[in-house]
Amino acid sequence: MITIKNLHASIDGKEILKGLNLEVKAGEVHAIMGPNGAGKSTLASVLAGREEYEITEGSVDFDGQDLLELSTEDRAREGLFLAFQYPIEIPGVSNINFLRTSLNEIRDYKGEEQISAKDFMALVREKSALVELDAKLASRSVNEGFSGGEKKRNEIFQMAMLNPKLSILDETDSGLDIDALRIVANGVNKLKSPENATIVITHYQRLLDYIVPDVVHVLYNGKIVKSGPKELALELEEKGYDWIKAEVDAQ
Amino acid sequence: MGYTENELAKDLENQEYKFGFVTNIDSDKAPKGLDESIIRFISAKKNEPEWMLEYRLKAFSIWKEMVEPSWAHVHYEKPDFQEITYYSAPKQTKKYESWDDVDPEMKATMAKLGISLEEQQRLTGTNVAVDFVMDSVSVATSFKAKLAELGIIFCSFSEAVQEHPELVRKYMGSVVPMTDNFYAALNCAVFTDGSFCYIPKGVKCPMELSTYFRINEGGTGQFERTLVVADQGSYVSYLEGCTAPQRDENQLHAAVVELIALDDAEIKYSTVQNWYPGDKEGKGGVFNFVTKRGMCERNAKISWTQVETGSAVTWKYPSCILKGDNSVGEFYSVAVTNNFQQADTGTKMVHLGRNTKSTIISKGISAGKSQNSYRGLVQIHKNASNARNFSQCDSLLMTDECGAHTFPYIECKNSSAKIEHEATTSKIGEDQIFYCLQRGISEEKAISLIVNGYCKEVLNQLPMEFAVEAQKLLAISLEGSVG
Repeated sequence: MITIKNLHASIDGKEILKGLNLEVKAGEVHAIMGPNGAGKSTLASVLAGREEYEITEGSVDFDGQDLLELSTEDRAREGLFLAFQYPIEIPGVSNINFLRTSLNEIRDYKGEEQISAKDFMALVREKSALVELDAKLASRSVNEGFSGGEKKRNEIFQMAMLNPKLSILDETDSGLDIDALRIVANGVNKLKSPENATIVITHYQRLLDYIVPDVVHVLYNGKIVKSGPKELALELEEKGYDWIKAEVDAQ
Repeated sequence: MGYTENELAKDLENQEYKFGFVTNIDSDKAPKGLDESIIRFISAKKNEPEWMLEYRLKAFSIWKEMVEPSWAHVHYEKPDFQEITYYSAPKQTKKYESWDDVDPEMKATMAKLGISLEEQQRLTGTNVAVDFVMDSVSVATSFKAKLAELGIIFCSFSEAVQEHPELVRKYMGSVVPMTDNFYAALNCAVFTDGSFCYIPKGVKCPMELSTYFRINEGGTGQFERTLVVADQGSYVSYLEGCTAPQRDENQLHAAVVELIALDDAEIKYSTVQNWYPGDKEGKGGVFNFVTKRGMCERNAKISWTQVETGSAVTWKYPSCILKGDNSVGEFYSVAVTNNFQQADTGTKMVHLGRNTKSTIISKGISAGKSQNSYRGLVQIHKNASNARNFSQCDSLLMTDECGAHTFPYIECKNSSAKIEHEATTSKIGEDQIFYCLQRGISEEKAISLIVNGYCKEVLNQLPMEFAVEAQKLLAISLEGSVG
């Protein structure tokens, strides 16, 4: 699905990613954990195509395509989805209008017909139920006046609507209470299939109780420094990151 | 790749004016320049009664003593009033009895403007009645007979002078007196045509009434008047659209619009103004110096909605005089400026009666090197107890080189009044654009979505068909030629 090789990225001349390697195959869920400032959110931003970051070295293959050559919108249309850590508010634009525009742009890119209003509304009903999103939120302005939990649920709702190949969840658990966490995780689990993959970026092990990863990676100082099975997350929870830092710094 | 400020700015520069064509129709013009003989010429051409000529001459003598106002936040070379042609009419002067009689060139013009009457009749049935004013003359008014059944008068201003002089004499100048300001006085002296509308007592006009203004001839000024009278308990929704060909010289448009809402009446007046804004170097374009004002009697309501995307310089303040108790005034505005356009626009809400209410929602969008100003006055007079005003003025900046300015004036002479003013200025969010891009939405569509969202409160006030047109116009004004 996605193969990242020796990725270096910097912002304002400061290098954040320093030779990151990662491979995620279809059907897999990978968790990326790490201390503050390790580069987790930078990785998400770089993959999504945020302009402020400069890629100085490395390659990213996304389903046989050079991801770094694609524009931000074409990455999305090719099936890369980023669930934002801080979802953006767009006053005056209804969620429905936003999603329909999005869905149709993606369909247009793929040479498919525009979705009919009827099919679209049926899809909205089906997918909003998945994340227990109040139907009223679907017709409100994008993220405007949403609570923290509603914003995150709305991200997963959009993900469900767009049905991406690769989803990157950037700290989706931050600011969620336990019920919201369960709902969001349920949504993600239900969307899992052998054809798609998920990268879960998180600070805490908590989310991984609900979304069970196939592989857990530790990102530290711009690189993946350790990978292991889901038990690694528990170990990190228990022991913190200091032992990993010590291990890396000793090398 | 994605969006950068510079790319956006470049995009914006490349926008094209869609309505810049010229129609080849012979026209009947007055010699250029302005003196008493020109005014007599216009009046004679229109076969006007003596009182109308006298009115014009009086206005002309007043105008000669006035100086052009310079307080607005706009800079331009003052027009040379002797270089303007004050009367230009498409030559075919016979009256159109039906749509079939209209000159095919003219029909083609209307079709290009997207206002084919045939189309409208076919598609919308009886939703919109249109009066089409090209240069100075009203050329086609539709649905007249149907409206007449309800006692509604909807015709060109010239026709009203001939057919309904009692109404014209009673109301013309009652809201905007000829002494009001420099451009209003000029208009009173040289106005050539416009629309007139009268809704009788208790009648709710069943369709939107619409006037479409078009400047075609070079070197001409357009001076039209609109007079809408809503008698007691009546209702009318009135639309106005404007375009002009692309020309290097500046053209002057100095109109006067007067609305009279008698007791319990309601007038909704919507404008989509898309006069030629000049090219990207700031050459050419229409000077849009317009006086619009409405008078509300008891329990009456006047609502102005405007989407201003055109003109090189705009100077316009649709206002309400809330004379009657419990009367309501509303002003909803979107003003877009791009390249070197300048707009100084806003409203005046004059509260005279008790329990009067006014709402002002103004959304300015500045792009390129343009300057966009909101200027508003809320005036609460001594007797206007329990008057209430809410104003919200938002500005959205698209580039680093444009400007947004707000000049709100408040004068309050009654301590029971409640006045609220909110204002925001923001730059179009890169985060918002990135969010849209990440959902597969192209940059152009993203900007269009965000801008339309920003203007929603105003666009929602427009009748359906007009709102769609306004949205498209916003997209064109801000995104360069799409596709």
